[in-house]
Amino acid sequence: MTTLLPLSGTVIRARGLSKVYCEGATELRALSNVDMDIYAGQLTLMMGPSGSGKTTLLSILGCILRASEGRLELLGEDVTALPEKELPRIRRKAIGFVFQGFNLFPTLTAAENVALAMDVRGVRGDQARKRAEELLQEVGLQDRMHAFPADLSGGQKQRVAIARALAGDPPILLADEPTAALDSTSGRAVIELLQRLAHHHRRAVVMVTHDPRVLAYGDRILHLEDGRLVREEAAHLPPGSTRHFRIGQGTANFAEEFSAKF
Amino acid sequence: MTLLARRNLFHDRIRFAVTLTGIVFALVLIIIQFGLFLGFTTTTSNNIDHSKADLWLVFHSVGYFDTGRMFSERKYYEVLATPGVEQAEKYIQNFAYWKKPDGGVENVQVIGFRPGSGLGEPWNISQGAVLEVKEEDGVLVDELYKEKLGVSKIGDRAEIGNHRARVVGFTQGIRSFTTSPFVYTSFKNSLNYTRPQSREDQLTYILIKTAPGFTPAEVQKNLRERVSDVDIYTRDEFSRRTRFYWMFTTGAGLAVLTAALMGLVVGIAVVAQTIYAATMNHIREYGTLKAMGATNRYLYRVLIEQAVWSAVLGYGFAMIVAHFIVQGSEKGGALILMPLSMKIGMLFLAIFMCIAAALVSINKVTRIDPAMVFKG
Repeated sequence: MTTLLPLSGTVIRARGLSKVYCEGATELRALSNVDMDIYAGQLTLMMGPSGSGKTTLLSILGCILRASEGRLELLGEDVTALPEKELPRIRRKAIGFVFQGFNLFPTLTAAENVALAMDVRGVRGDQARKRAEELLQEVGLQDRMHAFPADLSGGQKQRVAIARALAGDPPILLADEPTAALDSTSGRAVIELLQRLAHHHRRAVVMVTHDPRVLAYGDRILHLEDGRLVREEAAHLPPGSTRHFRIGQGTANFAEEFSAKF
Repeated sequence: MTLLARRNLFHDRIRFAVTLTGIVFALVLIIIQFGLFLGFTTTTSNNIDHSKADLWLVFHSVGYFDTGRMFSERKYYEVLATPGVEQAEKYIQNFAYWKKPDGGVENVQVIGFRPGSGLGEPWNISQGAVLEVKEEDGVLVDELYKEKLGVSKIGDRAEIGNHRARVVGFTQGIRSFTTSPFVYTSFKNSLNYTRPQSREDQLTYILIKTAPGFTPAEVQKNLRERVSDVDIYTRDEFSRRTRFYWMFTTGAGLAVLTAALMGLVVGIAVVAQTIYAATMNHIREYGTLKAMGATNRYLYRVLIEQAVWSAVLGYGFAMIVAHFIVQGSEKGGALILMPLSMKIGMLFLAIFMCIAAALVSINKVTRIDPAMVFKG
């Protein structure tokens, strides 16, 4: 297992994040007082039963959803109070998304899908095309650049989606169950790719998953239940080396305590 | 972005064909309605616009061409004596009965002018010559009305107001807005055909050419001071009054314009529905774009580009269809005009229509929650 990178690589710092959905007079608390730090160079897995708040947390970390309470820093920038129109800029600059359903554009080829992500960032023409080719090469799809999504296997589609997520060279990759729709071989290829992107390219990769096959690849595993972060495991530590959070203790700075062991 | 807009638009060819059909239908409908409106307005004032007269003198309160009222020939001499008048010609417009060779009767508008004067003469002569109406009973009619008037060639005979008439030539494309075709003849012949009730009142209009050094406005002023009980209009003024009367006072123009407006509304609705359906079909992709950091403006540009592509292609097909319809109308009873300015205007209208139609989709895309991308 790869050694964890130093703490100076904190790219996401969340403190007291809560999310409450209101439906008429009814309030639904999806997240409660979550504190967490995400580090560059690590593949962090987020696990928990359905409805535990994983996707809500991922959406908040990705600046797609606003927290009802708490503070979120991405790359040292406090994004909590940023106006709505500033959030797309943060997403373009800092974040790449990988989705369970791939969310590729069916009318565009693999290379065009990646180039579109460049286009969103204002990079066009030959520069975008060349970069798309490089990224597809990086994910091992140099032979399928001109294939349309309908002609790709699930694993290939997810690799195109990862290449697309890398288009803006983001320091943070957020993946929502990227292996859920894949067979074991494809799933392994995808998780190995995400691990490589974390370890070799110093990206912070956060992956929501239910898939037990990927546990061995994660550097950290965060467990959520009922909207609370209840437990964290360092995947490479001996069995039993887990850190339990006290529910409701928003100030528990696991990361610093955890790192002190190394 | 351009690629995505194009690919998404053309990807579902059946839907795109429906979109194009809607646009073409709407544009052709609008073109026909506006073309008819233009054709009608041009037709109503044809004789004025081609008269080559700078000024038209009409009996007081005669608002438009087709209801000319007889007045005294003395006014003609008063006009001639007015400073700034280089030439003045007597002109008659009056309704009469045309008795066909087979005995049938049609209502016609007799136009009497002085052949060779250059003022108030018919144009687009396809057979014969204007000067031939100098002959006793010589008349010119339009080819469009051959069948209606029961004549087919030069030399054919008929009766107008129980007076003999002989076709000495044909014009081409001179329509009447009323159901009564124009029959051109000399002023002298026209008196026989229209038989003015008074010996004194024998003309309906005086066509005036201004002398060099005088503006029509100056001569108009001089005439107003010297000739009583008449109105004096410049050619454009009288043309406008006539057009306005037929188009707006009678409601004919309003009906046509309303139909054109309906075409626009139908077009917008059809295009809006199809662009909206296409947007909804790709709504998850727009959500993905938003999640990727695309701004609303970026998404608007995709939709507007699709709208413009739809407009330009729809316009192209509509022009082809309209071209054949316009060509066909030249031989029919109702003239549909499509001048260059209208062609250019229709392109902008098509783009406006499609962008207006895209606004519904733009509104939808603006409200997309990018978090939708995480839902299954």
